[in-house]
Amino acid sequence: MATQKRLRILCPNGHLGFAPTKEESFWLGAETKPDFYCCDSGSDDIGPAPLGADTSASPYEWQKHDLELMLIASRKQGVPMIIGSAGDTGTKSRVDMYVEIIRGLAENHGFPGFKLAYFYSDVDKEYLRDKMRNGVMIEGLDGRAGLTEEELDKTDRIVAMAGVHPFIRALDMGADVIIGGRSSDSVIFAAPAIRSGYPEALSYYLGKVLECASFCAEPYAAKESVIGTITDGDVKITAMHPDQRCTVASVAGHAMYERSNPFFEYVAGGMLDMTDCVYEQYDEKTTRITGPKFVPVQGKIKVKLEGSGKVGERFIGIAGVRDPYTISNIDQVIKWARSQVEERFAGKEYQLYYKIFGKNGVMGDLEPVKEIRSHELCIVVEGIAPTREMAEEITMIGTRQIFYARLPEVKGTAGTAAFFIDEVLQASPAYTWTINHVVPVDDPMELCNLHCIEIP
Amino acid sequence: MKVKKLIELAKTIRSKNAGTDKITFDIIFREKDNYERVKSNKVITKGSIAKLYRIPEERICDFVEYDPAYAIKFTILRERPSGSPGETDIFGCQQYPPLLDIEVPVDE
Repeated sequence: MATQKRLRILCPNGHLGFAPTKEESFWLGAETKPDFYCCDSGSDDIGPAPLGADTSASPYEWQKHDLELMLIASRKQGVPMIIGSAGDTGTKSRVDMYVEIIRGLAENHGFPGFKLAYFYSDVDKEYLRDKMRNGVMIEGLDGRAGLTEEELDKTDRIVAMAGVHPFIRALDMGADVIIGGRSSDSVIFAAPAIRSGYPEALSYYLGKVLECASFCAEPYAAKESVIGTITDGDVKITAMHPDQRCTVASVAGHAMYERSNPFFEYVAGGMLDMTDCVYEQYDEKTTRITGPKFVPVQGKIKVKLEGSGKVGERFIGIAGVRDPYTISNIDQVIKWARSQVEERFAGKEYQLYYKIFGKNGVMGDLEPVKEIRSHELCIVVEGIAPTREMAEEITMIGTRQIFYARLPEVKGTAGTAAFFIDEVLQASPAYTWTINHVVPVDDPMELCNLHCIEIP
Repeated sequence: MKVKKLIELAKTIRSKNAGTDKITFDIIFREKDNYERVKSNKVITKGSIAKLYRIPEERICDFVEYDPAYAIKFTILRERPSGSPGETDIFGCQQYPPLLDIEVPVDE
């Protein structure tokens, strides 16, 4: 049984720092004095590059802005603040950056001393290699095969998705502020509820519904605060923005968001089953949820791993085509340009992609519209190679040869493409998700490196 | 028989990444009637989606009729993980438009 009748958690943003938290609804929520301020700051939506290159996708100033709001409100009230997946990827460098931001903000505001806990979730490649060589299967998710050493070798950086365990441990240590490495979104909210004695099923549901902040409310508006309330028997979710409401439709609908299945949510330690959830309109702005179940894992806890590996250096070229004859023969044009790259780099390792906007630039092979209906095309060329010089040359040939395309009946013999800039542009290096797997562990803290310090 | 397009019947039609290897599609109705109509007409099935997107049915890894939200939801496996070389839609959020024109028989 819980030690208090209810626990209230404010979530200000579905991805801290990715776009700034809206302040009006945040302060309206803060006035009601929630018991915790919790927020997720990460996502794999941003693609593999930030994890691979160990950078953030969010601007530093926005991350600082959002952390400052939460720190001011939580310190003023003397309640804990919890962040998961620091700095988009949750790597060590991002956790360290957030710890330094908190330290600086505490000094600027002159807050009395408090405890700051933080944990790292980076996974050493050699740790996994040892496990694999000792016969441990690193099982693939979403139809992937088990991890091979070859895939592991292609990986630059790996993080493990934490469950509730390091957050509960940090709260046990008396932490006032927690900065987490990579974490499942829901556990950031579930951890304080479970620690306070609420049922696991409702606690994980609370996390599931809160993690994207105002995305569970309507009308659609992001970055607005919502408050989740848990009791021994239910979860209630309330929109803080004056014009938003949490309705049965918006809350039930949210369970499907970004998940392949609306009924099941997997975390380190088990699975939240939402099949029998009942949704009721509790008041104007609040929906009440009952009936979720939690199924603990049988056997060892499996922790999800995310890994990213560099593919190569990358350049981008852009060309326009207006001649209707060239448009109708665009596949021939691309074939020509590709052949010119191949002629120069035959046998070398490179990748070359053409995105033809006006044809299928957005959907690629999934595009059902096969005929070109546009009077002009934009062609974006993506060239990838081991070195910067080679990537530049590949992209340059691949782009410029659109201009020199050899079509038998073309009228415009002075050039078959329009360039708004006659150069190719260096892009960030290309990465790919090399790991989307799970590793079995004996102790859920095995992959979390937890620290607790006094600030100042 | 009269038909209406899905865009006229559904409140929300969207697509979005579900993790690194999948794109998930949500078709959400405001009215229960419209949801039930589309469901019972079987115009949106694994087979019809596979045909529309010209992919083998095996690439549709989840197909759910989700009554609490009056929603039909399906998920397809990406050909390569999100953001890999050659990517055209890193968030997977512009893959739904072919659904807008699906024709649903309506009795009037």
